[in-house]
Amino acid sequence: MEYMNPQEPVLGVILCCDCGAQIQPNPTNRCIACVRARNDISEGILKQHTLYFCRGCERYLDPPATWVPAALESKDLLKLCLKKMKGLNKVRLVDAGFVWTEPHSKRIKVKLVVQKEIQAGAVLQQDFIVEYIIVGQMCDDCHRVEAKDYWRAVVQVRQKADHKRTFYYLEQLIMKHNAHGKALGIKPLHEGLDFYFSNEQGARHLVDFFNSVVPCRWTHSKKLISHDIHSNSYNYKFTFSVDIVPICKDSVVCLPKNLAHQLGGIGQICVVQRITNHISVIDPSTAQFAEISSSVYWRSPFNSLCSARSLTEFVVMDVNDADIRHFTGQGQISHKHQVAEVWVQRSSELGTNTMIFCRTHLGHLLAPGDTVMGFDLRMSNINDTNIDKMNEDTLPDVVLVKKVYADKATRSARRRWKLKHLALNDDTGSQNRDYTDFLEDLEEDPQYRTNINIYRDEVKMATAAALGNDETAELPQVSLEEMLEDLNIDEAMGAVEGDVIMK
Amino acid sequence: MAVRCQFEGSNEVGVFSKLTNAYCLAGIGASANFYSIFEDQLSETIPVVYASIAGCRIVGSMVTGNRHGLLVPNTTTDTELQHLRDHLPDKVKVQRIEERLSALGNVVVCNDYVALVHPDIDRETEEIIHDTLQVEVFRHTIANNVLVGSYAVLSNQGGLLHPATPTQEQDELSMLLQVPLVAGTVNRGSNALAAGLLVNDWAAFCGMDTTATELNVIESIFKITDAPQATASTTMRKALIDSMT
Repeated sequence: MEYMNPQEPVLGVILCCDCGAQIQPNPTNRCIACVRARNDISEGILKQHTLYFCRGCERYLDPPATWVPAALESKDLLKLCLKKMKGLNKVRLVDAGFVWTEPHSKRIKVKLVVQKEIQAGAVLQQDFIVEYIIVGQMCDDCHRVEAKDYWRAVVQVRQKADHKRTFYYLEQLIMKHNAHGKALGIKPLHEGLDFYFSNEQGARHLVDFFNSVVPCRWTHSKKLISHDIHSNSYNYKFTFSVDIVPICKDSVVCLPKNLAHQLGGIGQICVVQRITNHISVIDPSTAQFAEISSSVYWRSPFNSLCSARSLTEFVVMDVNDADIRHFTGQGQISHKHQVAEVWVQRSSELGTNTMIFCRTHLGHLLAPGDTVMGFDLRMSNINDTNIDKMNEDTLPDVVLVKKVYADKATRSARRRWKLKHLALNDDTGSQNRDYTDFLEDLEEDPQYRTNINIYRDEVKMATAAALGNDETAELPQVSLEEMLEDLNIDEAMGAVEGDVIMK
Repeated sequence: MAVRCQFEGSNEVGVFSKLTNAYCLAGIGASANFYSIFEDQLSETIPVVYASIAGCRIVGSMVTGNRHGLLVPNTTTDTELQHLRDHLPDKVKVQRIEERLSALGNVVVCNDYVALVHPDIDRETEEIIHDTLQVEVFRHTIANNVLVGSYAVLSNQGGLLHPATPTQEQDELSMLLQVPLVAGTVNRGSNALAAGLLVNDWAAFCGMDTTATELNVIESIFKITDAPQATASTTMRKALIDSMT
């Protein structure tokens, strides 16, 4: 028995109904040439378009208002070109690619292959070229650069104090919270900083941030640049002026009498312990402390009698613990401090017999022979309305502010950490006394440094290890746990680590 | 010479009329244009009759017939049947048949000697076709289509088949029908041949869209020429017969 092989039916030949050419039958019963002549499936698609290109930043306009960077013959540019093309939804896009054109010709050609069903069962595929003319148009950003009109809003932060340590503190807070992320630029100016923003929103955020971290007040103003009476739109430049309280850590202040009374009968002569989002003051004669918020401060403002820079150095001769007089309605007393009666002598007058008596809140730190920084009220010319109203007999002769642990060079050599900075071209080396003061403050006050990021200084770590530890002197230091490892992306470092892994 | 015509703007003239060697039926249009074309060409030799089937004008799709007879579906009313009997020549037997596939024009294609029918047609109907039309009946398909009446047109001279008919099938049918056959189109590439084309042994009518190429094919296979037997067609016939043997 033999099987017949099923044969594929051989299609006959028919004549194309238009031109009479012999063809295989198809759903249109026409030859390909006649089908193409009768049907143009690219009919609804425009063959010429315009692309807008900004020469300043080399970006293309992605309508309505986005500008995207795209290289010639790149995927991004093709996406842009196809997006621009209208009527592509009526056909099926099979392929698209660039046809090479001279880069300077301001022409881009895209070759498209599309398919469409022209009749039941008959799908026609066609390829055609769409030309794009590149027209130069300046984008908004470049336009503003050309017009020297980069910013919309500026935040001006000012502190009318002769010591910059509040600013160093503020800088660290800004770094930690990345509050300057939206700023276009930061400019250091006399007594402060300017932050520039492209919109009012960013500036307001920064002002809110300042309000939450430092005692300050702010005012707001705007300047009309241009306006359009037809669309009722106005173009303003906004200025936020932020004024930080003109008081620094380690200042000696004289509180107004009624404020001192409000704060639980604290003494009027106080030392500023630290500035966070409020002012912390302590009365040296009773160790009574108070926190003054910015609203309270601006209601009854006071100035510092002396800044940290004009303190004089004293040597402690004798220390005796003192009793504190308690009374009803008294505010909180610090238990971290010990009030003491101290005999001190100016370092410059050492060897003479001029000893000065004073009460201080630093009794827990002092021993005879220690060096302290203090403010000598007798020897200074004070110009302050509050102190003028005080009874001269109740004024102390000297107010001790802080203990001196070692000279600045030793402490700087011992310091194994560093801080990061905003790029402000500001000197933050060991020569800058305000800055080293700030670093010492951080070492002495753990509460002060909780809000900022401290990084390990690998260079100093290495040299300290090589020299061997001489931790004999009791210096206030930042513990290793508080330091952060700095992220260091360095090719040389990577190579060294790579070698280690290889071994 | 084949004639191009339209029925009320439609090119599907085969739907609205039926042409055989003994008579021509024309659907009732709003104007007499369509009818008068037939009358002009045919009235000297055969009667041209207005007709309707079950009140419809689609006479060509509903009836089938040849020189010997005419078959109408069972939906035809008595008056319509009487009208046809009155106007057709006496030799033509008019017969109403009970057939489920009532569009007889679409399921039967015939000339005066042979007929192809839909494979599912009743055996009784097949017998009636055989008796009334005096033809040999074959159940067949054309290019896998069962509606042989729609996709083939046949006369005693030749036949036109669906364009997708394979060569082998064409040869087979040609042998069966004993006439030369060719695959082709009407109405600018339409497959529905019976709808676009009416033909008998000496005249052909096709839809207005039919191109010159298609007309050429139609005229040569059905041998519709004004001049008696042009040399081209005789040579072509020779070639076709050669290929058949």
